[in-house]
Amino acid sequence: MAGNSGNAIDPIHQFHISKIFPVEIGGVDFSFTNASLFMVVTVAVATLFLVLSTNRRGLVPSRAQLMAEMSYEFVAATLRGSAGNEGMRFFPLVFSLFMFVFVANMLGMFPYFFTVTSQIIVTFALAMLVIGTVTIYGFFKHGAGFLKLFVPSGVPIGVIPLVSIIEVISFLSRPVSLSVRLFANMLAGHITLKVFAGFVVMLTGAGAVGIASAILPLALTVAITALEFLVAFLQAYVFTVLTCMYLADALHPSH
Amino acid sequence: MSNTQGNLNTTAEVGIVEDSSSFPPFDSTTFPSQLLWLVLSFGVFYWVMSKVVLPRIGGILEDRRDRIAGDMAEASRLKQETDDAIASYESALANARQKASSMAQDARAKVKAESESVRAAAEEQLAAKLSEAEQSISKIKVESLSHVGEIATETTGELVKALIGGRAPAKAEVSKAVDAALK
Repeated sequence: MAGNSGNAIDPIHQFHISKIFPVEIGGVDFSFTNASLFMVVTVAVATLFLVLSTNRRGLVPSRAQLMAEMSYEFVAATLRGSAGNEGMRFFPLVFSLFMFVFVANMLGMFPYFFTVTSQIIVTFALAMLVIGTVTIYGFFKHGAGFLKLFVPSGVPIGVIPLVSIIEVISFLSRPVSLSVRLFANMLAGHITLKVFAGFVVMLTGAGAVGIASAILPLALTVAITALEFLVAFLQAYVFTVLTCMYLADALHPSH
Repeated sequence: MSNTQGNLNTTAEVGIVEDSSSFPPFDSTTFPSQLLWLVLSFGVFYWVMSKVVLPRIGGILEDRRDRIAGDMAEASRLKQETDDAIASYESALANARQKASSMAQDARAKVKAESESVRAAAEEQLAAKLSEAEQSISKIKVESLSHVGEIATETTGELVKALIGGRAPAKAEVSKAVDAALK
């Protein structure tokens, strides 16, 4: 969807990172890039919406306030559903993650906008934030008891080593699966959209027959756009639900 | 990115994807910058969410819940009050009705007693007059009876005088004879 108009048919160009303000600290490049810009825009949009919509603190909510309240209650219900009332201590983290990913995904649907969540390093950092929180809180709360996470109860002694190895591998693969799922969905969706939209542009340049045959990819582009809006929400939701389930492990390691 | 512009076929795209050095998401030179700005922006976002937005929305929701609960309690209190008022109104109405009927009964009894006493007084008066009249009648009767002898004597004297002629018999003799006849 996003990209440079001069490069309409290159589906990868939309993920290209370009510097806006070059910053270099100790030989490492910390430039403010278009990716940084859209992180800031994401945060600004989400924050402004939530702050301004709830500014009146209406007893009878306005539409915007109702949306803010619904997102609050939606995330709260998701977290409470998987991690119980104890899990509500992580509510600010889970809500921030959901809103950040959701708004970043949605902003990515605008033409020429950069999709923050299509960068593996961003989704991996968010996934590591979740897993780091789970691990640190788990050991802080339960000490060595947190290791019970890898030894399911009710398993015969003989197969415990095998099950534990599987559990450890599954635990270690969590940040990978969590980050790759979001990254790959956003990346693939945007590439597909770009390719089909590119077909439309190319075919319309090929005369009357081309214009007629461009209808199919155009229809597909419209359909995929709708699908991508669904994916943008769904992936934010999936990220949130999995975060909640992992946090539930930190609260109750013995499952 | 040194890709072939204007090349639309998919093999070229796959070729670009496979070339990881030119695939932006896998370009590790951008990682420090992305991480730094992610930490800064997400950190600020988390701080604003946990300090401002979430307490505010939580407060709004709680206020609303409290307000609804309070309103429900107030409504049930008012309903109770209404029920009490209706009950007291009905009991007052019943009292008033009872009082009114007892007052009517009293008034009726009083009027009846009054008329009774008036009638009794009138009867007494009449009885007194009646006995007075009877007394005077009997007195007149006695008086007139006492005159009967005298009249008889006189009449007898006159009769005797007329029958016998001559002189009239002595009065004493006549009354003696009359008295004997009357006995």
